[in-house]
Amino acid sequence: MRLADLPLLTTLAWRNLWRHTRRTAVMVFALALGVWSMVTLASLVRGSMEQQITKEILNLTGHAQIHARAYPDDPAVAHRFRPAPALDQALRQSPIGAWSARVRVPAVVSSERESAGVMLVGIDPAGERGLSFIPQAVTAGRYLDSPDDPGLLLGRKLAEQLETALGRRVVLMSQDAGDQIADRGFRVVGIFDADPQAMETGYVFIGRGIAQRMLKIGAEVSEIAVMTPDRKRPQAAVAGLRAAAGDLDVAPWTEVQPLLVLTEKINNVVLLIWFAVVFAAMAFGLVNTLLMAVFERTREFGLFQALGMPPRYILGQVLIESLMLLVVGLVLGNAAAWATVASLKGGIDLSAFAEGLEMVGVSPVIYPALAGSDMAAANIIVMTLGVLASLYPAWRASRYVPVEAITRV
Amino acid sequence: MEHTVICRNVSKIYRQDAVSVQALTDINLEIPRLDFVCLSGPSGSGKSTLLNLIGGLDKPTSGEITVDGARVDLLDKGALAKLRLHRLGFVFQSYNLIPVLTARENVEFVMQLQGVRAVERSEKARDILKEVGLDGLEDRRPGELSGGQQQRVAVARAIVSQPSLVLADEPTANLDSKTAENLMQLLRHMNREHGVTFIFSTHDRLVMDFSRRLITLHDGRIVDDRKRE
Ligand SMILES: Nc1ncnc2c1ncn2[C@@H]1O[C@H](COP(=O)(O)OP(=O)(O)O)[C@@H](O)[C@H]1O
Ligand SMILES: [Mg+2]
Repeated sequence: MRLADLPLLTTLAWRNLWRHTRRTAVMVFALALGVWSMVTLASLVRGSMEQQITKEILNLTGHAQIHARAYPDDPAVAHRFRPAPALDQALRQSPIGAWSARVRVPAVVSSERESAGVMLVGIDPAGERGLSFIPQAVTAGRYLDSPDDPGLLLGRKLAEQLETALGRRVVLMSQDAGDQIADRGFRVVGIFDADPQAMETGYVFIGRGIAQRMLKIGAEVSEIAVMTPDRKRPQAAVAGLRAAAGDLDVAPWTEVQPLLVLTEKINNVVLLIWFAVVFAAMAFGLVNTLLMAVFERTREFGLFQALGMPPRYILGQVLIESLMLLVVGLVLGNAAAWATVASLKGGIDLSAFAEGLEMVGVSPVIYPALAGSDMAAANIIVMTLGVLASLYPAWRASRYVPVEAITRV
Repeated sequence: MEHTVICRNVSKIYRQDAVSVQALTDINLEIPRLDFVCLSGPSGSGKSTLLNLIGGLDKPTSGEITVDGARVDLLDKGALAKLRLHRLGFVFQSYNLIPVLTARENVEFVMQLQGVRAVERSEKARDILKEVGLDGLEDRRPGELSGGQQQRVAVARAIVSQPSLVLADEPTANLDSKTAENLMQLLRHMNREHGVTFIFSTHDRLVMDFSRRLITLHDGRIVDDRKRE
């Protein structure tokens, strides 16, 4: 096909679309609707997923964690470590962002009335800023002010269960480095809220220095949590830490929370299926519309051939028609999706169904996230497959035997 | 080239399922350059079939057809398209024009496919439309033109790129007699002034009278072939 003839084919295609304004409008609307639904749903799923991951990461996971080898399988006081100077050095270099060392061992917390099994987490209160949820989570009382703060932070739900309250005393009991029972009384200086609620009932926070003394472990810790510049690409940071960590175990969040990764994969599959279903419906409509347009122009295509237009030009003309429908539909659909997502920036409140959602870890307010890659995928799928599907009507149009097409009055 | 069209023992049989129709039987014909030939005969006598075969829109069942030196019965689709584009012009009974293009664009259409430059194209289109008497109507679409005007556009398009041969299948069938006469005068004018061979068909006596040679078909055979004037 000569490039110079493209304007002619484009003119023919464009004007033919205007011949049936309503049909064209319906088709464009259907395409736009399809793309809109693809992109909008993707942004909802993406947004919800993003929130879920962000929450998990803030819920003490971080982007990567460093432990003694045996700790992940048995998080006991015995499996502790002291960061070697090399590791300390590595932690202070880019691409590491925030990081903090924690003591993290199982313990029992008791009030005058009740006791409960929990994770005791000894933190450096300043180090947790930008790393985990806890600095922001204290809703009554105060946050800890140093690793040697003698106070204790208790989850709201656990406080209820223990029938205790802010300002009251509780006792923590655990195993120390010498396998002896270690216990110590604390004043509840802060009550924190967390999501999911298991965080409220499963964790108590105290100063790291206090924890180290109580457990008689000197300056040793259970874990170091680390933030990297990009949670999607923790590999470089992890590799650097691994090189410096010697015998320690350095795991990116994807290994710490494999379920999250799986959820993300399932979401991708769900989206792809949705894309396929919507596309199938759109392709069906598109092919039918084009076939209709081709059949009613039988005589015209015959005339084209009688005048010496090569069949591939006729094929090209129908494809251009389809391309125009697709482009206009895609532009409108993307714009509508973008507008929808923008208007939902404040989040969609699904708290009416919150109970069910919370069980599967989805928060009741979803903030849609428009991912460029999803938008690109939706557009590329619709565009490529749309053109492919149009090949059939286009081929039909180019195949008419001219004499029959013209003489059929 | 002595002859524009040569037919040798041309037969055409249409086969549809079990039924077969012998549309043309043993046609032998030579049409010299610049001739103005009328194919006449009753409906179903094979006029359209013969014109379609000459124009390479259909293949004969047997026999040879030479148009402007090319064996159209042997050419493949691509070569036929080229031949039609560069050396033949067509005028059909109706639905001659591309509905979404204006009169001028319809005339330019063929030139555009031929690769004629835009400036030359629009100049030629303007001149030929003036010549067929459509001055001022260039930007109308076929739907906004009368039947006679549409046929004039078709003639303009057929003639504009100087083909060797124009085939016109009952070009006046849908026109009243006055308009038909005007159109025939236009065809004859084109034949003389532009040096183009014409073959047209009709079963209208008034139209036949314009021809210089009148060939009569009956049941797919040539039953009469005479020079006029
Ligand atoms: N596509 C076709 N299939 C079957 N028979 C046809 C076809 N076209 C024409 N015929 C038959 O061939 C004969 C000649 O038809 P045609 O060439 O159209 O005659 P005319 O143009 O003189 O009226 C007629 O009997 C017609 O029915
Ligand atoms: Mg006929």
